[in-house]
Amino acid sequence: MRPFHYDKPATATDAVTNFRPGAQYFAGGTTMVDLMKLDVMKPARLIDISGLEKGRYDFIKWSGKSLRIGALTPMTKLADDDKVRARVPMLSDALWLAASPQIRNMARIGGNVLQRTRCPYFRDTSYEQCNKRKPGSGCAALDGGVTRHHAVLGTSDKCIATYPGDFAQALVALDAVVEILGEDGPRSLRFADLHVLPEARPDRETTLAPSDLIIAFSIEDADFPRSKYLKIRDRESYAYALASTASALRMDGNTIADVRLGLGGVATTPWRAREAEAALRGGPATEAQFARAADIAFAGASTTDENAFKVELGKRTMVRSLLETARMEG
Amino acid sequence: MADRSPSFDQVSRRGLIKGGVAGAAVTSVQAKAQVRGGAENTAAEPTVQRVPITLDINGQHRELTVDTRSTLLDVLRHDLELTGSKKGCDHGQCGACTVHLDGTRTLSCLTLAVQAEGKAVTTIEGLGSPDNLHPMQRAFVDNDAFQCGYCTPGQIMSGVACITEGHAGSDAEIREYMSGNLCRCAAYPNIVAAVKQARGEMEG
Ligand SMILES: Cc1cc2nc3c(=O)[nH]c(=O)nc-3n(C[C@H](O)[C@H](O)[C@H](O)COP(=O)(O)OP(=O)(O)OC[C@H]3O[C@@H](n4cnc5c(N)ncnc54)[C@H](O)[C@@H]3O)c2cc1C
Ligand code: SF4
Ligand code: FES
Ligand code: FES
Repeated sequence: MRPFHYDKPATATDAVTNFRPGAQYFAGGTTMVDLMKLDVMKPARLIDISGLEKGRYDFIKWSGKSLRIGALTPMTKLADDDKVRARVPMLSDALWLAASPQIRNMARIGGNVLQRTRCPYFRDTSYEQCNKRKPGSGCAALDGGVTRHHAVLGTSDKCIATYPGDFAQALVALDAVVEILGEDGPRSLRFADLHVLPEARPDRETTLAPSDLIIAFSIEDADFPRSKYLKIRDRESYAYALASTASALRMDGNTIADVRLGLGGVATTPWRAREAEAALRGGPATEAQFARAADIAFAGASTTDENAFKVELGKRTMVRSLLETARMEG
Repeated sequence: MADRSPSFDQVSRRGLIKGGVAGAAVTSVQAKAQVRGGAENTAAEPTVQRVPITLDINGQHRELTVDTRSTLLDVLRHDLELTGSKKGCDHGQCGACTVHLDGTRTLSCLTLAVQAEGKAVTTIEGLGSPDNLHPMQRAFVDNDAFQCGYCTPGQIMSGVACITEGHAGSDAEIREYMSGNLCRCAAYPNIVAAVKQARGEMEG
């Protein structure tokens, strides 16, 4: 690992105002330490934000049906929160089905949404080609690489790396807002606008400036007791999603009044299936309707020989998740 | 204060500007030119930084100086010669390095030693002793819950936490909440049996 300086500022304001180029925030460190050992991330300075203002950014607060969660809340704490589990199970599911109990104790939800892809060529610097790691160098995955885990939605001819996280699918489905402290003060951003498609520049992953500090996530309407996160993977636990769906339903009798869909494991960014939602709204909650919506969600898929299976798997995951959500108490 | 969004009650914009004019004004242009992502490279290579830390290790107060790059696992094994915690993968994928940090199970291979400053670390060496085994250690012996034994210290530290966290209610729950600890010898059924046996003793 390369040498770096370690700072532990006392306040969020100190963290942001003392930010220098080459520095990086450090929350639980589970993405950072992993990638620094691999020489993929090379910060000159780590700014440890885990203890800012003695836990001031570690909170879960409800006010009516609005939910606000501090960015430094550990994954475990949010996953195990009784009220969250009852009122918006999708959020809890997306966390306890991720990583391992040890990692969930360490990782914070702000770091979680900014975790990096698990594309093996991004992680292995002995490969020269990786547009995400080294802009303009090419793509070892597209150039004859192993692509079974790669994305089928939101890809470009420069990069097909999957966004690996689970929790972000629930946030994008719930219309979450990201609260940021930047050099010019506080501002907020729709979670859907945080991550950007790879297009021509896969090294650009988010719309954040390097010194932007995520303070909290807020969800104006988080009252979705009929919601869940279904995750399909190669082994039962402790594995990234091959395909996953965060689904939420509100029913008006037998009619779908509101539906939310976030798709994981299949796309380059946290993926909201808006056209599929539109096709379902106002109609009946039947398997045939769900299947039709799944066809719509994957209509734009672009595949390789090895990951083509993800289209069918992704559709089935979405249909099953919706069927199971429809059977929940709402 | 009119420009303050109401949800930002926790951050003082005035404090931010006051504290930051000197430094932030100079760097903001450079910082913003770059959008998040890539390999976050930097031109100036910093020098090695060594910092003093204090830890409570298995009940003993320790003061030491560490390279900021050292993981807690390497400090435990090399500097403190506590070799019970194992290095399986060094990348968070196996659980062999599991220790308790202020009582919560943590991967010591993904924890920088500087992050543990001021905290209480419990390793397998602090759990029990050969003539006074912890109930979880005895349960592993009683149930043949290991073969080569390499994953065992991590399994035991995780098993203890699994029970204290209240995640050992059923076999399925034990399997899920022990899934961060891999065992190449596949002693899994016996590990579940050991956690169940220890649960009876620890709770009873
Ligand atoms: C073996 C393994 C398996 C895993 N499996 C899964 C899985 O199945 N599903 C899943 O979702 N995840 C999985 N993960 C990823 C894990 O969830 C993330 O590493 C973790 O959530 C990152 O959080 P952190 O606090 O440790 O982030 P850090 O490593 O501290 O930071 C990650 C990034 O976010 C930035 N950052 C952190 N906090 C802030 C903030 N408040 N504001 C601005 N920038 C910030 C950092 O600068 C860094 O770039 C796995 C990880 C490992 C090692
Ligand atoms: S898919 Fe993206 S991350 Fe993977 S090698 Fe290609 S450019 Fe790099
Ligand atoms: S050595 Fe830490 S998880 Fe494998
Ligand atoms: S006993 Fe050999 S790895 Fe678990």
